[in-house]
Amino acid sequence: MTATAIDEAARRERPRRAGFALSERQSWGLLFVAPYLAIFVGFVLFPVGFSFWLARSPRLYVELANDPIFLRTVINTFVFLVVAINVKMALALFLSGFFTHRRWWVKVLAVLFVLPWAVPSIPTILSVRFMLNPEWGVINQLIFQLTAEDGPNWLNDPTLALALSMLVHIWKSLPFWTLILLAGRLAIPHELYEAASVDGAGAWHRFRYITWPSMSTLYITCTLLSMIFTVGDFNSVYLLTGGGPADLTHVLATLGIRYLRLDQVGLAMASIVCALPLVLPLVYFMMKRLSR
Amino acid sequence: MSPRKLLRNIGLEAGLLLIGIPVLLWTLIPIYHMFLFAISPKDAAFSGQLWPTNPTLRNFEIVFGQKHHFLNHFWLQMFNSLIISIGTAAITLFVATAAAFAISRLRMKGGRLVMNMALLTYFIPAAFLAVPMYKTMGMYGLLNNDWALVLAMATIASPYAIWILRQASDKLPVELDEAAMIDGASPFQLFRMIYLPLMVPSLIAVGTYALLLAWNEYLYAFLLLSKDTAITLPVALGNFLSADDSPWELLMTAGFLYALPPAAIYYAFRKYMSSGLTAGAVKG
Repeated sequence: MTATAIDEAARRERPRRAGFALSERQSWGLLFVAPYLAIFVGFVLFPVGFSFWLARSPRLYVELANDPIFLRTVINTFVFLVVAINVKMALALFLSGFFTHRRWWVKVLAVLFVLPWAVPSIPTILSVRFMLNPEWGVINQLIFQLTAEDGPNWLNDPTLALALSMLVHIWKSLPFWTLILLAGRLAIPHELYEAASVDGAGAWHRFRYITWPSMSTLYITCTLLSMIFTVGDFNSVYLLTGGGPADLTHVLATLGIRYLRLDQVGLAMASIVCALPLVLPLVYFMMKRLSR
Repeated sequence: MSPRKLLRNIGLEAGLLLIGIPVLLWTLIPIYHMFLFAISPKDAAFSGQLWPTNPTLRNFEIVFGQKHHFLNHFWLQMFNSLIISIGTAAITLFVATAAAFAISRLRMKGGRLVMNMALLTYFIPAAFLAVPMYKTMGMYGLLNNDWALVLAMATIASPYAIWILRQASDKLPVELDEAAMIDGASPFQLFRMIYLPLMVPSLIAVGTYALLLAWNEYLYAFLLLSKDTAITLPVALGNFLSADDSPWELLMTAGFLYALPPAAIYYAFRKYMSSGLTAGAVKG
């Protein structure tokens, strides 16, 4: 057989073989992806689609707008997101710098520091809740011993209670974001800092001209991601205040569940639909950033 | 060392301590307070003590012996938590490993679409998805069934798992697959003999992630399960809040026991967790 004949045969055969291989690959691919597709359709696509259909009536939105709790909830959610997340991320950025220092005790502290994130929410948040108990809690008993006056009724004041929920949220999720930002800091080439030291740059200049430019993208991604997660943070508010006093500390995450518990699924979904203008741009942005 | 440099070094150390000590207190106080309750009798716990004045193991005895009506099913509820966590980890691993293989190694058509669907799911705030999930679990007749929580948690854990596994899998050289294909390996053999063994570190990270997610979950557990014998431990702990005169020292004891396994697992698998889980986030 001549070389041209082999070539000829290969040319004739290749498209058919490749086509066959491709379709076999494709059907194996579908088989492997099928379990996830089943979960997605059964527990995301259908439930979400069905719930949107339940929330289609405009009457629900009128009812929602007339519920005085709703406006308060929207404001609370907004305050929670803006204040808690920015404080948390700024602290995480600062502490990630602290944890780059090489000391034995900083290493030990880094291990302990992760505890709030590593242990479940419910026992620790309830522990904080009892610390804040006006009569029996350790905080007010200390205040009484030191000043002979009664401390504030922490969780009975809506402003204080919401602020304390934010603190609990920060306590719980600060370690995670600090670790992420720490990994980002450690990825910056060390030579940059050495060169800056030679040039006599101080701590602020090193941060301003080396750390921040290398970290700003990561920092902003983390902030947006944290926003999405925090919109869904039910535990920090529910376990500390239960939405009280008088339903004044609800956020959208707890309000939806409250309606659900009152068997008002339509209202629950409507309140979530109202959050979409806030959530969807964030999701769109994150999708563009992460799906490559 | 010149006096000026010495002074600067002392200043730095003092500054570090000035940050480190408040961070230590801030981190440990709620956990210490929980532990303090667990080893104190009720009157001591409620007296605002700062350290154990009258330490006792009586609370642990009551919890282990289920000698309080809030804790009648403590061991069963702990067992429920365990089964549901293991089930979630198993299903998540199965679903996510297969999907990541199809997307990353087989490069199937539509793989990108599947990845985007998963990412979109990952970005639905958990408390928002809970409402539709509760409604449909009712329609499927799964309420009060362990499977409801296992499937819900696997739904939430899979997207992130697929994303992490796909990234790890993309790093494996393509030549491996090509060589195996030339030797006549089917995609399934490729999956079992090449892909799975090389992915073990990421599989450990993802499995641990799913396990901890399910063990720690409160919201979905309390929506989907309500029977005393079906609920997981966090729901049982939440039920303590329904009474005004709750035995908080027992709540904190049970909570302490409930918090131990995830903390231990986290520290045991920390190496895998931090390399596997932060890599993805840093890259984004």
